Amino acid sequence: MTLLPVLPILIPLLAAAACLLGRRSFAWQRGVAVAGAVGLLGSGLALVVAADRVGVIAVQVGGWSAPFGITLAADRFGAVMVLLAGVMGLVVCLFSLFEATRRDIHRGFFPLLLVLLAGVSGAFLTGDLFNLYVWFEVLLISSFVLLSLGGGRANLEGAVKYVALNLVGSMLFLTGVGVLYGATKTLNMADLHGALQEVQAENPTLVLALAATFAVAFSLKAALFPLFFWLPASYHVPSAGTCAVFAALLTKVGVYALVRTFTLVFPGAEDVLFVVLIVAGVTMVSGVLGAVTQFEMKRILAWHSISQVGYIVAGVGLLSASDPEVRALGLAAAVVFLVHHGTIKPALFLVAGLVQRRRGTTQLKPLGGLASATPWLAALFLLAALSLAGLPPSSGFWAKLAVLRALVEGAEWWVLAAALAAGLLTLMSMMKIWNEAFWKPPPPEVNPQVNPEVSGGRAVPWGMAAPVVALVVLVTAIGLWPQPLLGYADRAARQLLDPAAYVEAVGVTPRGVATLPGHSAVSDSLSETEEPRR
Amino acid sequence: MFIVLAITAGVLFTCGLYLMMRRSLLKLVLGLLLLSHAANLAVFVSAGLTRSPAPLTDVGELSPPTGAADPLPQALVLTAIVIGFAVVSFAAVLVRRTAAAIDGDDPDRMRSTDT
Repeated sequence: MTLLPVLPILIPLLAAAACLLGRRSFAWQRGVAVAGAVGLLGSGLALVVAADRVGVIAVQVGGWSAPFGITLAADRFGAVMVLLAGVMGLVVCLFSLFEATRRDIHRGFFPLLLVLLAGVSGAFLTGDLFNLYVWFEVLLISSFVLLSLGGGRANLEGAVKYVALNLVGSMLFLTGVGVLYGATKTLNMADLHGALQEVQAENPTLVLALAATFAVAFSLKAALFPLFFWLPASYHVPSAGTCAVFAALLTKVGVYALVRTFTLVFPGAEDVLFVVLIVAGVTMVSGVLGAVTQFEMKRILAWHSISQVGYIVAGVGLLSASDPEVRALGLAAAVVFLVHHGTIKPALFLVAGLVQRRRGTTQLKPLGGLASATPWLAALFLLAALSLAGLPPSSGFWAKLAVLRALVEGAEWWVLAAALAAGLLTLMSMMKIWNEAFWKPPPPEVNPQVNPEVSGGRAVPWGMAAPVVALVVLVTAIGLWPQPLLGYADRAARQLLDPAAYVEAVGVTPRGVATLPGHSAVSDSLSETEEPRR
Repeated sequence: MFIVLAITAGVLFTCGLYLMMRRSLLKLVLGLLLLSHAANLAVFVSAGLTRSPAPLTDVGELSPPTGAADPLPQALVLTAIVIGFAVVSFAAVLVRRTAAAIDGDDPDRMRSTDT
């Protein structure tokens, strides 16, 4: 039980090490990678069950008590994100058994994927802001390499844009962490909760500046308007498996960090959150407008990722509302949408990967006739696309309904209008893919009936399709039976809005209460030289 | 001293961002390098500059002498420097490979992934 929050980080890291030790054997690498992903999924499931039962599970790494050691803490929100990482890690691992080329595996695809999963889990579980920075860098560096793994011109170009913009975000984050430490002398998030309220009383401008810094840094990671330009430049470049894991997890880590800091660390930053809400509305529309102009499946999906992050962050932006019920609704909607989008977008990217395998391209113009050639693939796409567009009874419907309902309750009519318009354009753009790739007759130059030299593409092995089918079935099941997810999200949101339990579970002394002398080196030396802080 | 280092960090940020916005891949890497230094310096400075004894605890004592330096910012900066070094090294290799692929260091040639 006490080790539970460590496992989702430890298992993928150990599996990555084992992969590297046996890197000459591709069979060993594949086996270990799948085992590692299964381990992550199992620990994620256990974490969700445990967190739902007991609330917050916290571990002090190395036995140093908080706030001096590094804390790992899993609440309901963090646990469900780890579970999402586990599900997507396993699906992508299984898909990549078939998709990853020998050269990719030789260059370390599986260890990189596992380190990425470990970094993501670490970011979801850490209770320390500097540690969060470190996990961000871990996942960024492995994503850099995954992105440029192909080594082609497009890979390199996409990677340069992705690396440059994300590093600017990281530096902003790091600077914010430094200033925050200077102001509070702590970086433990639970401890910061009380410490920043003290600083707020003395110097509200500093807290506002810090909140804005973190909001900008995490908005860049989450790909919000106008900081999203790294995403459409890079997401469509790597193989479909890599695209899927990026779409499932990378922007989500940014959103997660936004939620965590603005519920726990900066609970009173309504001004910044209101800006975030407006930005979310603009993001929805600008992302979907970008998608409408595209004629390549993966590029369309990448632009939709931006738009959908806007929906999630609109829920987060509702934390600026004064009514606590609206805040709870908004956060719960954000959690539901995170789970929905974290499963549906990778499913669509994987379908694009299957189309690529079948026809050798994901450009819409030369595609066509897939609905009659491969009805099962068309059915997969249709289920996933309708869910993305938010038609009932899919998971997208419930997620979008939750966001819209929260916006109505919060009376944010402009953002609501943006959400509805973006939803319509999403449907239009999904119909474009359906018409072009699946429904229209294939162009004569690739039609085997007209041009006998075209073989009609390669068959898709069932082992490659199976994980995608499983994922789409899972998403559809969520849509048909949404109550467990909706209920869990509601409980997670209420837990996030009541940070006292988190602070208590981490074991930080609440601020303003005297502690025993000799509690620690740092606090003692400070209490002699400055105002007593605890 | 504090104000001098604070201004230095600001100047480093400015120069880094300026270099990143130039039309050159080499300057992009140099800009990233300066940004990483700026962030490290900001972490170091904002934690407070004091002349104080090392935070070493005497035998038999439970806590270091009063007024000892806070060791945490130095640990943070050390970690951040190592990470920044790794990331900038990766960026340098990436830019070198990219410059070879696009045949020059003009980012305007990197349009194949845009629309």
